[in-house]
Amino acid sequence: MKQLRSQVRGLRITLWTLIVPPGIWAAHFLFSYLWAALHCAKVGEFARFPVLFAAGTLVALLAILAAGAVAWVQRKTPGDPPPHEGGTKSDRTRFIATATLLLAGLSFVAVVFDALPVVFLNDCR
Amino acid sequence: MTDVSHPDQNDPAIRAAQEERLRAVWKPPSGWFFHWTDVNNNRVGVWYTVTAFGFMLFAGVLALIMRTQLAVPQNDLVSASTFNQLFTLHGSMMMFLFAVPMFEAVSIILLPQLLAARDLPFPRLSAFGYWSFLIGGVFVAGSIFFNAAPDGGWFMYPPLTTRTDLSGIGADIWMLGLSFIEVSSVAAAVELIVGVLKCRPPGMRLNLMPLYAWYILVVAVMILFAFPPLIAGDVLFEMERLLGWPFFDAARGGDPLLWQHLFWIFGHPEVYIVFLPSIALFAMLIPTFAQRHLLGYPWIVLAAVGTAFLSFGLWVHHMFATGLPKISLAFFSAASEAVAIPTGVQIFVFIATLWAGRVVFSTPLLFASGSLAIFVIGGLTGVMVAVAPFDWQAHDTYFIVAHLHYVLIGGTLMPLFGGLYYYWPLVTGKRLSDRIGRTAFWIMFVGANLTFFPMHLSGLEGMPRRVFTYPAELGIGGLNLASTIGAYLFAAGVALVVIDLALSPTRAKDARNPWNAGTLEWLALPNDEDWGIRSVPLIESRYPIWDQPNFVAKVDEGRFFLPDAEEGRRETIITTVLDARPIQVVRLGTPSVIPMLTAIALGSVFILSTYHLYWPALAGAVATLACVLTWLWTGTAEIPEKPCKHIGHGIELPLYKSGPTAPGWWAMFITMLADATAFSGLVFGYYFFWTVHPDFPPPEFDGPGVAWPMAALATTAAGWGATLAAREVHARGRVGLARALLGFGIIATLASLAAGLAGPWTSGLDPKAHAYPAIVWTLAIWTAAHAGIGAIMQGYALARSLANRTTPEHDADVRNITVYMHFLLITALVAYGTIGLFPEAG
Repeated sequence: MKQLRSQVRGLRITLWTLIVPPGIWAAHFLFSYLWAALHCAKVGEFARFPVLFAAGTLVALLAILAAGAVAWVQRKTPGDPPPHEGGTKSDRTRFIATATLLLAGLSFVAVVFDALPVVFLNDCR
Repeated sequence: MTDVSHPDQNDPAIRAAQEERLRAVWKPPSGWFFHWTDVNNNRVGVWYTVTAFGFMLFAGVLALIMRTQLAVPQNDLVSASTFNQLFTLHGSMMMFLFAVPMFEAVSIILLPQLLAARDLPFPRLSAFGYWSFLIGGVFVAGSIFFNAAPDGGWFMYPPLTTRTDLSGIGADIWMLGLSFIEVSSVAAAVELIVGVLKCRPPGMRLNLMPLYAWYILVVAVMILFAFPPLIAGDVLFEMERLLGWPFFDAARGGDPLLWQHLFWIFGHPEVYIVFLPSIALFAMLIPTFAQRHLLGYPWIVLAAVGTAFLSFGLWVHHMFATGLPKISLAFFSAASEAVAIPTGVQIFVFIATLWAGRVVFSTPLLFASGSLAIFVIGGLTGVMVAVAPFDWQAHDTYFIVAHLHYVLIGGTLMPLFGGLYYYWPLVTGKRLSDRIGRTAFWIMFVGANLTFFPMHLSGLEGMPRRVFTYPAELGIGGLNLASTIGAYLFAAGVALVVIDLALSPTRAKDARNPWNAGTLEWLALPNDEDWGIRSVPLIESRYPIWDQPNFVAKVDEGRFFLPDAEEGRRETIITTVLDARPIQVVRLGTPSVIPMLTAIALGSVFILSTYHLYWPALAGAVATLACVLTWLWTGTAEIPEKPCKHIGHGIELPLYKSGPTAPGWWAMFITMLADATAFSGLVFGYYFFWTVHPDFPPPEFDGPGVAWPMAALATTAAGWGATLAAREVHARGRVGLARALLGFGIIATLASLAAGLAGPWTSGLDPKAHAYPAIVWTLAIWTAAHAGIGAIMQGYALARSLANRTTPEHDADVRNITVYMHFLLITALVAYGTIGLFPEAG
C-alpha cells in the first residue's frame, strides 16, 4: 500500500491532468447525447435495455473516481508547512492536486445528473 | 556600467541611465497619424476599452428607443421593421461589440501588469485585433443609419434570415461583419493564452498566479472552442445566402436546426465567456477590500474550469421548444442544473473572504455586492428555465428577457462598472468620485430591478419577446410602463458614470496603489511610464506587495530581472508553463502600421463580399496575404545579434527559441486548435444531415467517388511527410536537402489541393441541388483552401531558408509550419475520409 502510494505520488501532474475529470464528464456527456440521438434517429426507438449506456456511465464514474484518488494522494505530498500557499514545488503540486480533486467531485456529480434522465425516461418522444 | 551580469543597482547614476534607455525604447510614436500605429498594450488596451464602451452606450440608446416604443399599448413611435432592427442590433452589439471585446480590452490593459511583463508576447496582434474590431463594429453598427441593419434577432434563425426574399442585406452585414470580429476575438484569445502561460514573472508558479489570470486563461480557451463553430455556421449561412447552397433549406435536404445547434454551441458558452471575466474582477477587488488573501484559491480554479467545461453541455436548453426527443432535452437540462454548483461556489468564496476579512467599504465593493444580488436572481430564474416543462411555458416570452438581463447586468455590466471604479486609478492615476459613483450605483440598481423585474410578470402574462407593440386588453400596460421608467433610470445612472469620467481630467493625481492592494498590477505609477514594469520581480507569494519585504522599492530600483534595455530593444521574459522558470528573453514587436493595414485589407474582404463585389474582395484577399507575409517576414523569428543576454543576478537567457518552448509555436498550436474546431463544426454538419435523413447520402446523388479523395489524402500525407523530414534534416545541418524537401512538399500540397477539388468536380455534384452535394463541396473546399495556405507556408519557410533568415540553429519557421501541417493532415484525413469512405457514400 505504501509502495502504491509513493508510485501514485510520483505520477506527473500538469495542467493537462487538471482537466482529466471534467474531460471525462465531457466525453460521457457527448456519449450520452449521441447514444440517445442515434438510437432515436436511426433505430427509431429507445433502447429497451440500455446496457451500453449503463456500462459507459459506470466506466466514466470509475475513471473519475480513479483520477480523484490519485489527486487525493498527491495533495498530501509531503514538503513545506501549511497553509501550502508558497512558491515551492510541493505547494504547486498540492494546489493542482486539490483543484483536480475538487473537479473530480464536480464531474462525478455532473455525470450522475446526466445519467438520471435514462432512469426516468424511456422513449423517443 | 561595469559588469553586465551584475549591474550595481545601488548606483543612482546607473539606475538613471537604465531608465533613460528603457524610456527611449518604449517611447510611443508621435504625430497625428503615427500616434495610431502604437502597439503598446497600455495604449491599445485603452483604445479598445473606450471603443467597446462607446458601442455599449450606442446599443443602450437603441434599448431606450425600444422601451419608449413599448411604454404604452399600440404605440407608433417606430415601425415594426425599425423595431426589428433595434432589438437585433441591441443584442448583437451588446454581445459581440461590447461584452466580449470589453473582456479582451480590459485584459490587454491588465494582464501584462498582473504578470509583471513589459507587454504581451504579440503586441502587434493586439493592435490588429483592435483595428479589426473597430472596422467591423462601425460597419455593423452603422448599418442602422441606412435602414439596413440586421433584423432577424441576435441569433438569426433561418429560414427567415437565409431567404433573401424575407430578409435584406442586414443578414449579410451581421454574418460577415461579425465573422470579422470573431476573427479578432480568436486573435485576442491566442494572445491572452500565450501571455498567461508563457509570460509570467520568474517564480510565479501556477499556484501563485493572480486569479484574474486563471479566469482569463479559462475564458480564452473557451473562446477557442466556442467561436469557431459559429464561424463554421457563418460560412454555411453565407454560402446559402450568396450562392444558394441549401444547408438550412428543408425543401432541398437542409435543416434549419443545424444553424441552431452551431449557433448555440457558441451561444451558451458565450454567456460564461462574458460572465467569468467580470467575476474575475471580483476575485481581484474583494481581497483588496477585505484586506486579506482570498479564501479557497483552488475552489475558484475549480469553479472557473468546471463552469468552462459544463457550459459546453448546455446549448440545447435554448432549443427546448424545437421538438427534439425529450431524452436529449433531459441531458442538457441536467447539465444546466449542474452548472449552478460551480457558479455558486464562487459566490460563497467571495462571501467567505469578506466575512473573514476586515472590510473596507468602497464604491467598487458596492458595485460588486449589488451586482451579485442581481446576478443571483438571474441565476435562480436560470435554474427555473433549465427545467424543460417550465421553459415550454416561458419560452420566447418576456420572462426570458428578464432572466437574461438579470444575468448579464448582474454578471457582466455592473461588475464592469465596479472594475471601472477600481481600476481607473491604475490607468489614469486618478480616482473617480465616490459620491457620484455611489449615487450612480443606487440609481442603476433601482433602475435595473424596476426595468427587468416586471418583465417576469409580463412574460408570464403572455407577452412574447420581440413584439413591437401589444394590445391594451392584455393588461400589461402598467408593467411595461414600469419597465420603461426603470430603463430611463438605469440610463440616468450610466450617464452619471459618464459625467464622472468626463470630470476626471480636472482632478488631481492620487497616490500610487490607492486601495492598498497586494497584487502586481498596482506597481503602476500615477504618472505612468510606458515600459510596463521597471524590473521583472521574483514572485514568492500570491500578494507580493503585501507579503514580500521591500518589494516595491526593489522593483523600482531595478533590483530584480531585466532592469535595462542595453541593445535598444523591447523585451520581456518568457518562462515555463508550470513553474515559471525563466527560459528566454523575447524581443517584442515595435510600433508599426502593418497591423492596421492588415486589418483594413481583411476588413475589405468581408465588407466587399457583403455587397457581392467579389473581384474587389479577391483583391482585398491578395492584399491581406501580402500584408501578413510582410508582417511575418520583417517582424517575426528574427535571428538575434548574440545568442544570449544577461537579465541580472548572474542569469543569462537565450534570445532565440524554437519549438514547444517558444511563444510563436504556442500561438500556432492554439490558432490551429481554433481552426480545427471550426472544421469540426462543418463535419458535424455532415453527420447531422446523416442522422436526420433516412438515407444519407441520398441515393439519387453520386458522391465524389473514392479515387480522388484518396489521391488528395495521399498527396497531403506526402506534403506533410516532406515538411516533417525537412524539419529533421534541417536540424541536423543538411540545409540543401531540407530546401529540396520543402520544394517537393509544395508540389505535393498543391497536388492535394487539385485532387481534393477534382472529386466533387468530376462527379458533377451540383451544390445548389441538395444539402448533400453542398456539404461535400464545403468540406472539399475547406480542406483544399487549407492545403493552399499550407503550400504558401512551405514556400515561406523555403524563402526564409534561401534568405538565410532560417538556419539550423534558428529554425522557428520550419518548426511552426510543421505544426500547421500536422493539423492539415488531420483535416484531410477526416474530410476525405468522410466524403470518400463514409459508408453509404460513393
